Amino acid sequence: MSLLSELASLHPDSLSSPFWDACKKRELRLQRCADCGAFRHPPLAGCPSCASTRDEWALVGGRGRVYSHTTIYHPALPTVADEVPYNVVVVEFDDAPGARIISNVLDAEPEEIHVGLELELHWDDCGDGVVLPRFKIAQK
Amino acid sequence: MSLKDQTCIAGVGLTDYGRRGDFFEIGSVPKIAEALDRALEDSGIDRREIDGFCSYSVDPNDPSRLAPALGIPNINYSSLVFGGGGGGTCGAVANAAAAITAGLAEVVMVYKTITQPPHARFGASYGSAQLAANPLTDFHRPFGLISPVQFFSMIFRRHMHLYGTTSRHLAEVAVATRTHARRNPKALMQAPLTLEDHQESRLIADPFRLFDCCQENDGGGVILVTSAERARDLAQPPVYIMAGAQGGSAEWGQALTSQNASDEIYATAGHAHLAKRLYAMAGVGPEDVDVALLYDHFSGLVILQLEDYGFCERGEGGAFVEDGGLLWEGGRLPVNTHGGNLSEVYLLGLTHIVEAVRQLRGTSTSQVEGAEIALATAGPANLPTSSLLLRR
Ligand SMILES: [Zn+2]
Repeated sequence: MSLLSELASLHPDSLSSPFWDACKKRELRLQRCADCGAFRHPPLAGCPSCASTRDEWALVGGRGRVYSHTTIYHPALPTVADEVPYNVVVVEFDDAPGARIISNVLDAEPEEIHVGLELELHWDDCGDGVVLPRFKIAQK
Repeated sequence: MSLKDQTCIAGVGLTDYGRRGDFFEIGSVPKIAEALDRALEDSGIDRREIDGFCSYSVDPNDPSRLAPALGIPNINYSSLVFGGGGGGTCGAVANAAAAITAGLAEVVMVYKTITQPPHARFGASYGSAQLAANPLTDFHRPFGLISPVQFFSMIFRRHMHLYGTTSRHLAEVAVATRTHARRNPKALMQAPLTLEDHQESRLIADPFRLFDCCQENDGGGVILVTSAERARDLAQPPVYIMAGAQGGSAEWGQALTSQNASDEIYATAGHAHLAKRLYAMAGVGPEDVDVALLYDHFSGLVILQLEDYGFCERGEGGAFVEDGGLLWEGGRLPVNTHGGNLSEVYLLGLTHIVEAVRQLRGTSTSQVEGAEIALATAGPANLPTSSLLLRR
């Protein structure tokens, strides 16, 4: 059973489906302005830097870094009561400056996680077409 | 043209406080009526003079039903600040001030109640499937990031990483706030709290512990705003609205739930943009503020707001709160002298404005001697958020 399986459902719309469709193909793609090249996430209709509505979905490499993190001890919902403690991380990428994604680090103890920790992508197939980008601590 | 000093807060009224769910069966309109009665009595205003309605946080009490139920004959102005949570409190008061300054209304009531049903508490509002499963929450909900404390914990964690802020700094905020609550008979949290009690309390979302989180409860309040000219003839000493600011910079946007604010402002409360506008409108600076009522859903956000509003440099908020830095007597800056959301009551920011009014009338239970200017802020969160500068 995968982590937080009770929460593993998606509700894509026209803006977000390119992200989730790519995940199904085991590709991490982030939205980038087709005019000025600035990344943005979560998806937005227009570019915060230049207001262009032309975008592209750039393939991002699998190495990320912890920008910030928490370990959750109190279950906010009964459905995660058996999952605590679990970590949540904000991940940044060298090849997608200005965009971060929210995820989890698998197989990690709370004290192992710190800002700057190098991560590698791990695709988590949660069933029903839901494939989530999760991470493991990068092996040097 | 600005609204500086054109209007006053002439009356305030709060309901009695209940535990979460206590007022659900009673409903919000009777609680607004209770708060309004107290605000009218406080101010000496006749209810029939009220002709404007301002609220925030997706308030369901539309003036078209509220006004007749309260015996108010005219609706000449109404507005609702965008956003959920407590970000719009001060913005709703600023809307009232703007409407009066522009001649759209004479007396505006700003109102809000919390009468929570058991199944929809704020603390879990991003998690439950029926409330929050949508394209935007897809980017955090499947990863277990489902409640406000969790989002804020990551912002504060980054501040700790960048500046060496510690859990003990959080404890300082919690303890100073509780010290003030214990001087306020209305406060719900009256038990003594020490730094050690805080350090030994259970983790909720690291680094935030139990005593870093505000309570949830039921209650409500009404704030009456009118022209400065009218306020001078009323029952209470007028409290002037020097400045109001609402919104934020777009690069903050939905920074709380997206965690994508620019690197320069990620580890902040997102209020620096408002602070600049507020001080410019009022023509004063942080050194002129005698008492600050800073929205404290979580202790760490007080530290970040101290920096955003210029009471110390970026990264020095931790040192600022050390050794009782926020205490009403002997502190560097008296903060949340009513006991705040953490220890008095959680009414989506209304009590911070009410306490600012008390301080400027000289009637706080932890009165700052000679207080002339007060800052009140609304909840740091996704935009819009807001703040006010008031003076006596
Ligand atoms: Zn662009």
